[in-house]
Amino acid sequence: MFLTSQFKTSLRKNLQLSKLLPQLLLIILFCYIIYFFTKNTQINLAARNLNFGFDFLNTNSGFDVQFSLIQYDGSSSYFRSYLVGLLNTLLVSFFGIIFATILGFIVGISRLSPNWIVNKLSLIYVELFRNLPLLLQIFFWYFVVIRSLPSTEKSMVILDILIINLQGFYIPKFIFSNFIYIFYGLFLALLATIAVKYYATKVFYESGKIIPVFKIFLLLIIVLPIIFSFIGDVSLLVEYPKLVKNFGIFNYVGGVKLVPEFLALLFSLSLYTSAFIAENVRAGILAISKGQKEASKSLGFNNPQTLKLIVIPQALRVIIPPTTNQYLNLTKNSSLAAAIGYPDLAGVFAGTALSQTGKAIEIIFMVMMTYLTMSLIISSILNWYNKKIAIVER
Amino acid sequence: MNISDIKHWLKKNLFSNWYYSLISLFIFYLLLITLPPFLDWALIKATFIGNSKTDCQPGGACWVFIKVWFEKLIYGFYPEKEIWRVNLAFLILISTVTLAFFVKSKFKIYILFFLIFIFPLIGFTLINGGFGLERVETRVWGGLTLTFILTFFGIIVAFPLGVLLALGRRSELPIFRFFSILFIEFWRGIPLLTVIFAAAIMFPIFLPANSNVDKLLRVAIGISIFEATYVAEVVRGGLQSLPKGQYEAAKSLGMGYWKMNFLIILPQAIKTVIPGITNTFIALFKDTPLIILVGLLEILGMINLAKSNSYWLGLATEGYVFVAIIFFVFSFSLSKYTQSLEKKYNTEKQ
Repeated sequence: MFLTSQFKTSLRKNLQLSKLLPQLLLIILFCYIIYFFTKNTQINLAARNLNFGFDFLNTNSGFDVQFSLIQYDGSSSYFRSYLVGLLNTLLVSFFGIIFATILGFIVGISRLSPNWIVNKLSLIYVELFRNLPLLLQIFFWYFVVIRSLPSTEKSMVILDILIINLQGFYIPKFIFSNFIYIFYGLFLALLATIAVKYYATKVFYESGKIIPVFKIFLLLIIVLPIIFSFIGDVSLLVEYPKLVKNFGIFNYVGGVKLVPEFLALLFSLSLYTSAFIAENVRAGILAISKGQKEASKSLGFNNPQTLKLIVIPQALRVIIPPTTNQYLNLTKNSSLAAAIGYPDLAGVFAGTALSQTGKAIEIIFMVMMTYLTMSLIISSILNWYNKKIAIVER
Repeated sequence: MNISDIKHWLKKNLFSNWYYSLISLFIFYLLLITLPPFLDWALIKATFIGNSKTDCQPGGACWVFIKVWFEKLIYGFYPEKEIWRVNLAFLILISTVTLAFFVKSKFKIYILFFLIFIFPLIGFTLINGGFGLERVETRVWGGLTLTFILTFFGIIVAFPLGVLLALGRRSELPIFRFFSILFIEFWRGIPLLTVIFAAAIMFPIFLPANSNVDKLLRVAIGISIFEATYVAEVVRGGLQSLPKGQYEAAKSLGMGYWKMNFLIILPQAIKTVIPGITNTFIALFKDTPLIILVGLLEILGMINLAKSNSYWLGLATEGYVFVAIIFFVFSFSLSKYTQSLEKKYNTEKQ
C-alpha cells in the first residue's frame, strides 16, 4: 500500500507538466538546431560543388612535412598526414609532460625553501611564466632565442653528444638490432614484479615481514633486459652527427635532428606548464599539517621515512588532481604548434591539409575528436589512479 | 637596522649551512653574469629618441621601434581620426569601474547592471559606428583594443552562460543534466585553437548562404562559449560546497526553482568561487592572442606584423618584451587582487 502510493507520487512527480515541458522543448530545440545546420550545410556544399565524405583521406596529399616520425612524402595519403600530425602531437606532449613535471617539482619545492634567494627566484619564475600568454612564449623561443644560436660552422658542441646550432639540436641516434629481446626482458621483469608483489602482500599479512618489492623491481628491470640482450644477441650502433661540406655549405648529417619548431614548442610548453605544476606542488606540501610530521617523529620515524611514508603520500593526494588538469592543458596547448609551423595535428592536418582540400567540416571534426579522445583517456587513467589513492573513509 | 642585524639576516636566510651557502653563491654568480648585460641592453645602451631604425645604436635595445608603432599596437588599423571613439569607450569603462570602488555597496548593483547591459551597447556603438557615427569595419580593429574588446565580451557572455550550464549540470531534470554534461565535457576536451579554427573556417558552412556573420563575432562567441564551460565547472564546485540545508530552507519558504537559485544558492556559491572565476578570466585574457592564427591581429599579431616590416627587421626581442610587459602587468595585478579577495573571504569564514 505504502509502496504503491510512493510509486504514484514519484510517477506524478516525473510526469508533472512543469518538468516535462521544458525538457521536451529542449529536445525539440536541439533537433531543430541540428536540422538547421544540416540543411544549410547541404545547400552550401552543393553551391560550392563540394561533397561531404572522408574519401579524400586516401588520396595523395602532394605536400611534404619537415619533421615526421614515420616515412612521409608527397605521394603519401592525407590519412598518413593525419598520423604524422598525431604522432608529432603525442611526441611533444609526452616530453613536455616529463620536463614540466620535473621542473614543476623542483620549482615547487624551491618555493618552500628557507633559503631566501632560492625562494624568491622560484617565485619570480612562477609569476613570470604563468602570467605571460603561451603563444608569446612560443614566439619568444622561436623567433628570439633559437634565432640567436650560432650558425652551423660555429655550432656549440657539448661532449660530442649534443650539437646546437641555428638548424636545431643534433643528438646521436641509437640503432639497435634484435631490439625486441629487450622488450621481452622488460615484460618478464614486469610479470615477475607483479608475482613478487602478490607474494609480498601475502607474507606481510601472514607474518608481518616486509619484502622490499621496489628494490627487487629495480634489480629485475635492470638485470633481466641485460640477460635477454645477451641471449638475443642485441647489438647497439651509435650514429653520431657529422659535419659534412656539400657544395660549399656545411651541414650536419646523421644522428637525430630536433628541428627548431619542436624545440621552441617543447621549451615553452614545459616552462609554462611547470609554473602551474609548481604551484600545485607547493599547495600540496603546505596542505600537510605540522601535526602529521610531529606524529610521525613521535612514532620514531626518521626524516627520510617521514617524507616517504607520511608527507609524500598525503601531498600527492592533493597534488595529483590539479596536475592531471595541467597535463591535459599541455596536450591541448600543444596545438599552438600551428603558429610556428611545427607539423602537429593542428598544424599539418587542420592547417595544410585543410587549406588544400577545403574539407573543413571533416578535418576539424576529426581533429576535435582526436583531442577529445586523448583528453578522455588521460583523465580516465588519472581518475582511476586518483580513486586508488583517495582517502578510504570508514 | 644595524650591521649585526644584517649579518644575522644573511646567516639565517642565505648562509645557514654549507650547501645553502653554495647554492646562494651559485645563484649570485648566475645573476651577476645575466642581469647587468640585460640592463645594459634594455636601458643603458638603449635608444629612446628617434624616428627610424637608423637612429638606434647597435648593442642596445631599439625602443624607437615601439614608439613609432605605438599607435598601431594599441589601436590596430583603426582610422586615425576616429580613435577618440575608442578612447572615449575605454574612459567610460575605466571611470565606471573606478567609481565602483568608492560608492556604497548598495549602488554597486547599479554599476554592475550598467556594465553588463548598457555599457556593451554604448561601447559597441562608439567603436563600431552607427547613430551618426561613421561605421568602422571589424577587420580594421586590432591591437590592444581588440584584446580588451575580446576579453570584455568574453566575460559578459561566459559568466551568465557558465552559471546556467552549472545549474543545468546540477538540475533534477535528466535531459537538462545530460545535455549540460555533454556540452561541458565536449568543450573542455578540445583545444581553444580548434574552436577558433572551427568558428572562422567551418561555422560559415552551417549558416544560411545569405547570412553574413562577422568573423570576429564568430570567433568571439567561440572563445566565450569555450571559457563559459570552464566557468561552469568552477561554479559547480561552489554549488557542491553548499550544504543541502540551504536548498531545503529555501524550498520550505515556498521559493520556486529560479527564486531559490538566484536569491539563496547562487549568491553564496559564487562568492566562494570568485578566485576561480577570476582565474578563468585571466586565462581568457591570455588566450586572446590565439586569434592571430585566423588572421585577426591583436597586440601580439601587430608586433609580428611590425617586426616583419622591411624597415624594422631584427627587432623581435624589443617587440615581445613590450607585449610581455603589458600582459604581465594586467594578469599579475589581477591575480594579486584575486588573492587578496581570497584572503578576505577566508578570514570571514573563520
